[in-house]
Amino acid sequence: MSGALKKRLSKIATWIATFLLMIVMGVPGLWVVLSAFRPNREIMAKPAIWIPENPTFSNFAAIFGFGDAQVAIPVLSYFTNSMIIASTSTVIALMIGMSGGYAFARFRFRFKNSLFLGLMLSRAVPGIALSLPVFMIWSKLGLIDAKLGMIIVYVALNVPFTIWLIDGFFRQIPKEMNEAAQVDGCTRWQAFWRIEFPLARSGIAAAGVFAFLTSWNEYALASQLTRSTDSKTLPVGLMDFTAQFTIDWAGMCAMAVIIIVPALILTFLVQKHLIAGLTFGGVKG
Amino acid sequence: MRWRAEKHTPFLLLSPAILTILFVVAIPLAFSLYTSMTPYKLTKPDTINTFVGLRNYVRLFSDDKFWWAFGRTILFLAVALNLEFILGLGIALLINRITWGQRTLRTMMMFPMMFSPILVGFQFKYIFNDNIGILNNALQALGITDGSIAWLVDKPLGMISIITAEVWMSTSVFAILLLAGLFAMPRDPLEAAKVDGCNPWQVFRHITLPFLMPFAFIAMTIRSLDVARAYDIVDVMTGGGPAGRTEVLWTLIARVGYDNSKMGEANAMAYVSTLLSVAFTYYFFTKLVAARRYMGGAE
Repeated sequence: MSGALKKRLSKIATWIATFLLMIVMGVPGLWVVLSAFRPNREIMAKPAIWIPENPTFSNFAAIFGFGDAQVAIPVLSYFTNSMIIASTSTVIALMIGMSGGYAFARFRFRFKNSLFLGLMLSRAVPGIALSLPVFMIWSKLGLIDAKLGMIIVYVALNVPFTIWLIDGFFRQIPKEMNEAAQVDGCTRWQAFWRIEFPLARSGIAAAGVFAFLTSWNEYALASQLTRSTDSKTLPVGLMDFTAQFTIDWAGMCAMAVIIIVPALILTFLVQKHLIAGLTFGGVKG
Repeated sequence: MRWRAEKHTPFLLLSPAILTILFVVAIPLAFSLYTSMTPYKLTKPDTINTFVGLRNYVRLFSDDKFWWAFGRTILFLAVALNLEFILGLGIALLINRITWGQRTLRTMMMFPMMFSPILVGFQFKYIFNDNIGILNNALQALGITDGSIAWLVDKPLGMISIITAEVWMSTSVFAILLLAGLFAMPRDPLEAAKVDGCNPWQVFRHITLPFLMPFAFIAMTIRSLDVARAYDIVDVMTGGGPAGRTEVLWTLIARVGYDNSKMGEANAMAYVSTLLSVAFTYYFFTKLVAARRYMGGAE
């Protein structure tokens, strides 16, 4: 076989493999999105209807309680709960993470490595295992079915990873910059806000998005610690559609779209920084 | 005086983080350990004061149901993580080869990672549904089968379907980090090896792969932190059923603790699952630190 032909064949093989990869990655999500715009009748049809015949917004209207809703599920309050819980816990986790990440990036101290490991291991506790004692303690404290209870849990869930990421971003900034600013008469605090913080800002934003999505997507703890529209989040609410024997597929698909869209937008905005943060923080010791 | 202040600064900066973890993780875990040594039932609040030592653990370790769930969990993790690593490596090498649309593909790969596990579970529950799922519909349309295959009900198929969902969600973690490793890889050793007459497999085996290992450990560490997210997927897809065929440790904990309100036993099981996860994370974290040191030495 000639070299040119071989090269050509390998190029074609690469493209075919890439195409298959994109199909496997894209189709499942796309199918859910498409189904969100089809009536239940069409989803259940036998033989299957592949291309939507009557695209409709009625599924969305139905879950928000407009039109001839069969199931009234308070999606709007779930959405609000998710937003409040995820954004509040993200802001708090970021503040704690910045202060902790800075300590790891800039100081030498005793037990540094064990502390870092301890923080990471705390994150490894399975959500469902942690939910049992938290459930018992939160019921004593009156934090069950309260947004505050969820916010506290999610802050703790996000702190370790936020610290890991932010530690990595601060390490990329040469220590000398802060020292130079201090020589020029800044206090350490001022030097941090004027020099290091602006440089690490995009990385911190990426850590924030990661934290937000962790809370936005969490299910194991939320499913046990929330009860009603006071605090139920979207992932828990999705299970409302599953009755004992029937499932409202169209409604579930519509709600899935509502959960996906913010995740897609946020991921798209920060993907570059997130990859940099994960690898840099991990590799440069 | 100033030196003293410096010495305390890092602990001051870390105190909010430490306090949060103490309050939400460490103290509850200690309470969980105590509860696991009582016959506590949610329906009988007084039972929390009865101390029974290791009775729950003894009972657990002689229970077939527990060992089945435990074994299934280990099998699930072993199969899923190995598949994710191999597929992720393949995808990273593939994307590294293409020049056009590379960035778009990398962005696309971030999406499954950022999906809610509950959504991934739902998505595959929908795909694998025996009656209306796209998979059975496609198989029927292609004439491969007339009947409807009960993907989520039949014995090995249920676990396979769940593993598929898990692999779909998490392969990107490996692919993205390994791809970042490939991007960071110096060209010189590769060129040198080619000049010396190494074949592509030798180059891969002795130069590319060792260089990628730290990145693989980062991915493994990140994955080990949230392997228990698989609970969401199992819960939404099969709920551990039917007849316990897809029961893993995490669904069993929820069933015993919340549905049967046997908190004592559930906490004992939760402790086993926590130790499993922590040991797993610890192992990969030490590997990562070692790899980091090695890379540091190479710089």
